[in-house]
Amino acid sequence: MRLALIRVLVTLTLLAGTVYVSWRWLFSVNWEYWWIAVPLVLAETYTLVDAVLFGLTVWRLKRRGEPPPPPEDATVDVFITTYDEPVEMVTATAVAALDIRHPHRTWVLDDGDRPEMRAAAERLGVGYLTRSEDWRDRPRHAKAGNLNNALFQTEGEFLLILDADQIPDPAILDRTLGYFRDPRVALVQTPQWFTNVTESDPLGSQAPLFYGPIQQGKDGWNAAFFCGSNAVLRREALMQLGLVGYVRETHQAVQQALATASRLVARTLRRARRDGDPAGEVLVDVQQAVAGARRALAGGEPLAEVTGAFQRRLRELSRELVGADLQAIQADLGEIAELGMEQDQETGLVVVDEAALDRLAEREWSPLGAIASVAELLRSVDVDRGDEAQPMMPMATVSVTEDMATCMRLHGLGWRSVYHHEVLAHGLAPEDLRTMLQQRLRWSQGTLQVLLRENPLVQRGLTWGQRLMYLATMWSYLSGFAAVVFLVAPVLYLCFGVLPVEAFGLQFLSFFIPYMVLNQLLFAVVGYGVRTWRGHQYSLALFPLWIRACVTAAANVWFGRPLGFVVTPKTGVRGRQPFPWRLVLPQLVAVTALVVACVVGVVRLWTGAASSTIGTAVNVAWVAYDLLVMSVIFQAARYRAPGRDEELVS
Amino acid sequence: MEFSTSEQPGAVVVHCRGRLNMVAAPRLKELLSSTVESGGQRVVVDLTGTDFVDSSGLGALVGGLKRCRQAGGDLRIAGAGQQVLTVLSLTNLDRVLRPYADVAAAVDGW
Repeated sequence: MRLALIRVLVTLTLLAGTVYVSWRWLFSVNWEYWWIAVPLVLAETYTLVDAVLFGLTVWRLKRRGEPPPPPEDATVDVFITTYDEPVEMVTATAVAALDIRHPHRTWVLDDGDRPEMRAAAERLGVGYLTRSEDWRDRPRHAKAGNLNNALFQTEGEFLLILDADQIPDPAILDRTLGYFRDPRVALVQTPQWFTNVTESDPLGSQAPLFYGPIQQGKDGWNAAFFCGSNAVLRREALMQLGLVGYVRETHQAVQQALATASRLVARTLRRARRDGDPAGEVLVDVQQAVAGARRALAGGEPLAEVTGAFQRRLRELSRELVGADLQAIQADLGEIAELGMEQDQETGLVVVDEAALDRLAEREWSPLGAIASVAELLRSVDVDRGDEAQPMMPMATVSVTEDMATCMRLHGLGWRSVYHHEVLAHGLAPEDLRTMLQQRLRWSQGTLQVLLRENPLVQRGLTWGQRLMYLATMWSYLSGFAAVVFLVAPVLYLCFGVLPVEAFGLQFLSFFIPYMVLNQLLFAVVGYGVRTWRGHQYSLALFPLWIRACVTAAANVWFGRPLGFVVTPKTGVRGRQPFPWRLVLPQLVAVTALVVACVVGVVRLWTGAASSTIGTAVNVAWVAYDLLVMSVIFQAARYRAPGRDEELVS
Repeated sequence: MEFSTSEQPGAVVVHCRGRLNMVAAPRLKELLSSTVESGGQRVVVDLTGTDFVDSSGLGALVGGLKRCRQAGGDLRIAGAGQQVLTVLSLTNLDRVLRPYADVAAAVDGW
């Protein structure tokens, strides 16, 4: 019944929205001030697309009700991931994990490798895992790496993943494992709920719209998201993902490496001939070996066979060269040691970019140096993945938010996911604005990295519904640009009479008001009983952060720049602190401008400099809305979380 | 799952009997590592007696391949039955490892 009402409202909202935005594009753009008129209509179009994606999401809102009972004999590993959280916090979570009713083994995955954490784990009798020796001097891939390391040291059929602060309910497995009776299900996600949050929640930590209608809607499209914690995963699905990814990545890397090798050898051969170096002639054989390997690979020969034979051939050939110019070889060997391929700072992804390979191919090698560097290049990307700690990385490492990327790949392989709407773990939210901003920045950067690296719209194996569900979340992180336009436009009108719309008259209102009212109504019905207002506020109020995320993620993916990413601290900074002016400076500027604009606008109307009462009224109302929305950031800046030391002890 | 090893000229053969699943995978990985460390650089994993394999089992093979290659050796698989071949192709791992018909074929001309 409620779903029918939602569908009616979605249809009406999108109809009204389409009519309004069409009218805006076709009849009401004020081309005289195109430099603000066009951005404004673009921002409104952005918002309409957002509404379409939201409408699609809730169209299939799925309430699952009672879960089936767990499969018989299901074996489970409970992973508690930690990096630098206080030992007492992890211990409290581990104690709660031991109390989970369904049989399981509990493990603390300590990426900080702390002796006191190990001692605490041993005292409790829970497993303790740190990175194996293989990870030394190799990319660590943050939390994804921590989980990947643990996957190969444990053997449970299912994995419950908990962040260090997420205290599980004893029933968490009994309530979730049943969904795995369907052999296609790879993931069951439950909500995140925070205990250290006041009723008014100025930091907007609770996300009831997301852990509710949005996840339920995505679930309807078989696209419920993995959110990194409070979720159960099927080991077989992850391992399959790891294998498929390993085969794909290794294939690509070897192909690229062989292409580079081919250029490098040809160049060295030309130079050796020019200099009359007889040792160069062995490179003709190397050239043939490279060409043969490339042909074999293109012909579908298994990779291990091709590279194994190729490496053996290289060893034979370099033996023939021993005794050649020793000095040149020494110089080259030093160079080869430096050859380690470049890695992205945060994700540790090997950057096999054109430029790096070019530099390699362009360098002047001695003949033996050329062979050795080809061998080294191949080894670093070959089937043993010498560049990585372990050859298989089931948890995706393309993004700092491994959860979304992993989930999308699982869906791409045809696995199913489930959202179970019942709070089964209680965690701790950031306790001050600075920490909250860091966390939001990391999420948005990670999401945008996935968008730019693995655009859901072109991923094979996903249904169109799934593609749009992933796009919906990514799209929402682009809101910063639209927000700036929505803040600037009324200021321009009120202060300078710059009119982006042909007229703010009755015609405008007759198109705009139905759309706006229906939209609000839809949110009221979808979000009935939950607080959606904070989320609305932050999508506008955090505009500087959203823009920063877009810029840094693009610079990172396209130009290999660092993200400037920090691990989110789970404990807030205590005690009295000065108001964090710097964190909210852009918002402060915006609010000042809005207030000044209101005063100026009213004065202009009064003195006759402005003529349209409706225009001024519409813009003043618009500013009032902006101010109401932005006010949250100042509440957040003053906010200090309630003490929670007592809760941790209990 | 039962494991045993035997020597062939130039290679060590690891025989896997039973179900090579997530429970057996860590043991196989361990066994392959110790085989490489004790000097067997060329390893054939004989799957003739393996009637079931899952992705974790294949993961152990990939781990073993890495160990062998790093020690300057190699790893091959032999005697895979129908279920194993299906999983190999499902995960594309047959694009990396050639499933040899039997141990003799695997060591031939290595």
